[in-house]
Amino acid sequence: MAQVVVVTSGKGGVGKTTTTAALGASLAQSGQRVAVVDFDVGLRNLDLVMGAERRVVYDLIYVSQGTVKLSQALIRDKRLETLFLLAASQTRDKDALTDDGVAKVMRELRESFDWIICDSPAGIERGATLAMRHADVAVVVTNPEVSSVRDSDRIVGLLDSKTDKAARGERIEKHLLLTRYDPVRAGRGDMLNVDDVIDILSLPLLGIIPESEEVLRASNLGSPVPISSPKSGPARAYSDAARRLMGEDVPMVFPTDRNGLFSKIFGRRAA
Amino acid sequence: MPIGRWVSEADTWLSRSPGFFSGKPVVVDVSRLLLTKAKLAKLIADLGSRGIRVMGLLGADPAWVDADLPPVLTPGRTTELDTPRETREKREAPAPLPPAPSARVIPSHVRSGQTLFHDGDLTIIGSVSSGAEIVATGSIHIYGALRGRVLAGADGNKAAHIFCRRLAAELVAIDGYYRMAEDFPSDLLEKPVHAWLEDGDLKINALD
Repeated sequence: MAQVVVVTSGKGGVGKTTTTAALGASLAQSGQRVAVVDFDVGLRNLDLVMGAERRVVYDLIYVSQGTVKLSQALIRDKRLETLFLLAASQTRDKDALTDDGVAKVMRELRESFDWIICDSPAGIERGATLAMRHADVAVVVTNPEVSSVRDSDRIVGLLDSKTDKAARGERIEKHLLLTRYDPVRAGRGDMLNVDDVIDILSLPLLGIIPESEEVLRASNLGSPVPISSPKSGPARAYSDAARRLMGEDVPMVFPTDRNGLFSKIFGRRAA
Repeated sequence: MPIGRWVSEADTWLSRSPGFFSGKPVVVDVSRLLLTKAKLAKLIADLGSRGIRVMGLLGADPAWVDADLPPVLTPGRTTELDTPRETREKREAPAPLPPAPSARVIPSHVRSGQTLFHDGDLTIIGSVSSGAEIVATGSIHIYGALRGRVLAGADGNKAAHIFCRRLAAELVAIDGYYRMAEDFPSDLLEKPVHAWLEDGDLKINALD
């Protein structure tokens, strides 16, 4: 049965789009049929991070308005054949996206994919609430700093009130994904550490993605990090997170201080 | 003054402010007029035709009274003086007790940006996040960390209390008396606490 995942955070710049692309790639690498959907109408970026910016002909709004068929707008990834992108419109207004239109696209996507990953725009307005409305699972992307944590907390409140699942009286499944985590700085107390964030947000931890140049490089290359450098720390962390999403029990690596595993790998570069 | 002149003077008065007597109960004192029953009936009729409703008569012979005339009142001055004082005393008597406040239990966290209002006692089984606000007319119990704003006794209930498992609040208030985060004694931070009002002072104590 298809799972609709919303990748959301409230705050901008924490890594929603990177996470959408990386989780999509990791799931597709394990053979799942995956569609990544960009909801950031007017400020789309997922096409760039996926390296498909020159292949966008039709977008989410065309499909939602019934102008073209879903199959015409889906862009198949050139590296992973079970990974597809549905881009957002860069020229249209956010209001072009309607409740009914999005519901129709989601219904169709559910018929042909195992995973539908929705990349939410920042903020708590219409775009963000539309992206989360049909979700079964939410991945709340958070940086280890107070403003990101509070915004995530706000988003969790919305997930519990503004989604279809919440309206039906069910609870949406929520996961915390800690991104841009620098164990050295957390160890020095410059950042919140993992326990602080989990304590404040009270969400189950899906994974910890270490701060890394690999992620930045991957974005600029237009290749999600599990494809561009599959052996890197962030790629392995995303792959573990994807396996946890699929229900596998993968032991969590908690980078706590200088002597932690992540510090050994990344400590030299960060210090 | 002859009654005829008095009535015409009343007419002049009414021509200037036509609504002066409308809706007002009027008592006519006829004790100095030495009227016969017929003349009194005419006076009442004259006043009635000008829209002056006579509710009672003073100084009229009680024997005259029939269905056409207003009831005769006794002066009863003592009673009149006493009545206002009695009503004042009645108003100061204890107000009826408000209906017993209902208790409400929230079995989850209260997230940033959420506000909760409850008329009665409120219990949260979870944390109250920074940026969340909880308001109750009764007491508030939080079985988790309190990081947001919490206002108990919101409609003037000085007997309301606040309890939490971990104090990291932005604001704690009971009946409008409040303390901000920086006013909390530092040894109480992150501790289970109890807050209450004592002589207009918001007290906070560790629970254990």
